[in-house]
Amino acid sequence: MRRLEPAAIGGVMSREVANFRTFWKSTTFSSVLEPVVYLLAFGLGLGATVVNRVDGLEYVEFVGTGMVATAVIFSSVFPAMFGTFVKERFQRTYDAILAAPVDVEELVTAEMLWISLRAGVYGCFPLFVSMIFGLDPAPGMLLVPIFCFITALGFSGFGVAVAASVAKIDQFNYVTTLFVTPLFLVAGTFFPIDELPLGIRIASQLNPLHHLVELVRGACFGFEATDLLRVAFLVGFAIALWRIAVNRMEKRLID
Amino acid sequence: MPAIELHGVVKRFGPVTAVDGLDLEVPKGICLGLLGPNGAGKSTTMRLLTGQALADEGAITVLGHELPAEAKEARAEMGVVPQLDNLDVDVSVEDNLAVFARLYRVRDVKAAVDRGLALARLDGRRRDAVDELSGGMRRRLLLARGLVHDPPLLLLDEPTVGLDPQIRTELWGLIDSLRSRGTTILMSTHYIEEAERLADEVALMAHGKIISRGKPSELVAEHAGRETAEVYAPPERLAEVRAKAEAQGLKVRPAGPAIAIVGSEKAQDGAVPPEAIRRAASLEDVFVLLTGEEAE
Repeated sequence: MRRLEPAAIGGVMSREVANFRTFWKSTTFSSVLEPVVYLLAFGLGLGATVVNRVDGLEYVEFVGTGMVATAVIFSSVFPAMFGTFVKERFQRTYDAILAAPVDVEELVTAEMLWISLRAGVYGCFPLFVSMIFGLDPAPGMLLVPIFCFITALGFSGFGVAVAASVAKIDQFNYVTTLFVTPLFLVAGTFFPIDELPLGIRIASQLNPLHHLVELVRGACFGFEATDLLRVAFLVGFAIALWRIAVNRMEKRLID
Repeated sequence: MPAIELHGVVKRFGPVTAVDGLDLEVPKGICLGLLGPNGAGKSTTMRLLTGQALADEGAITVLGHELPAEAKEARAEMGVVPQLDNLDVDVSVEDNLAVFARLYRVRDVKAAVDRGLALARLDGRRRDAVDELSGGMRRRLLLARGLVHDPPLLLLDEPTVGLDPQIRTELWGLIDSLRSRGTTILMSTHYIEEAERLADEVALMAHGKIISRGKPSELVAEHAGRETAEVYAPPERLAEVRAKAEAQGLKVRPAGPAIAIVGSEKAQDGAVPPEAIRRAASLEDVFVLLTGEEAE
């Protein structure tokens, strides 16, 4: 049997779909409501009282497009971390799957693909909500699910790798505080980073979330040539984290 | 060609050697009971056979596939029923089966699901979430899930552990029907009665090795003789009886509050007191004598 068989990956994803059908309403509800709340708080609240325009955009447009990245990271890192840990440690789901003709590489690939597909869809919700608040539709927006999907691949790989590395579920708190939350500081989601110190601007270039934010703004307001480099960075990020996730999970699942 | 071959297999977890030079062959078409106390290495052996654990030494072949290189091919032809229930509890009974039919590349998923539902006698509960099933139904569903692709080889890891006697008997009936259909079964268990009832042959495992193997009746004849005498008495009296029996070279083992004199048919000169209860020797006698553990 060859590596990365579509039948094995499809089989694992079909399990995810079967489970998702039992909880999609609650997940979708929070994915829609969250951007509404943020846009009301930041876009209308802050935008109407403190900030008017940022980088030539209405603040609600700036935040609305930036929130796509928030939606993507929340719907990829956390399901990957918690979902993987629970399935591996508590539900023993992976023991069952790996007793079938599926290897760890296929298992991890399927998990990442499924999470990223979902994140690709949920990532678009802030845009839809922003349109209600005044964001004009643009043809480039059709590429947003793809940008979200690629970015989510990397972040879901990160989540899987973390889940395969920690001993206790509580340790996710360290990861969230030390690695996930700081990404927002240098992403340009809620405020522009052009005026920040040079070190932070350099750090932002290593932040996948920042590149996603810029690509989404490019899709909404016009691309730049450098956006191709951003796509390449995100693809590289996804591939690197995929391999790390596979490696970590092999160590965790195979005695 | 045997269905399963393990030669000189060693598996270590740090300083602990879970499987220690294991040699085991399982011919096609039989049910082999791997009987041993907790910690004997049975579950590790099962994981070695699915490629979920990698041997440090030795060779493993399953249905002609060499492991670990061809573990995926081997898994495609075997069914596995785990010790712990790992069904998807929020998902329906039929979806649980359908997912595994897809994982096993079954062409007609619907037919496989229907077959599984019939086997597990869960036709009427197909759309119910697993969470709504009783413990016995869930075990039957686990068994059906392992058989969804109609494999020639089935690995059962402690199939009835923790179940009440009624459900256990029900599952035994199911496993027995598979055996009569010619499915090769390797079943790990620490229940003597389970091994006696289901296994054509029993391999006794302790400390990561097979310490004896044969048909249950052969094992009993070889290690325990024809008869066992159980003596119930105060501790001082038991010590006295034990000393007398051991002086004649008889094997004596603890049996809860009593002692059991194994091979009591050979006893002479009152080594077996008149109050002793004589019964036919059993696999339990062999198990306790060879492993030094109390049977369950």
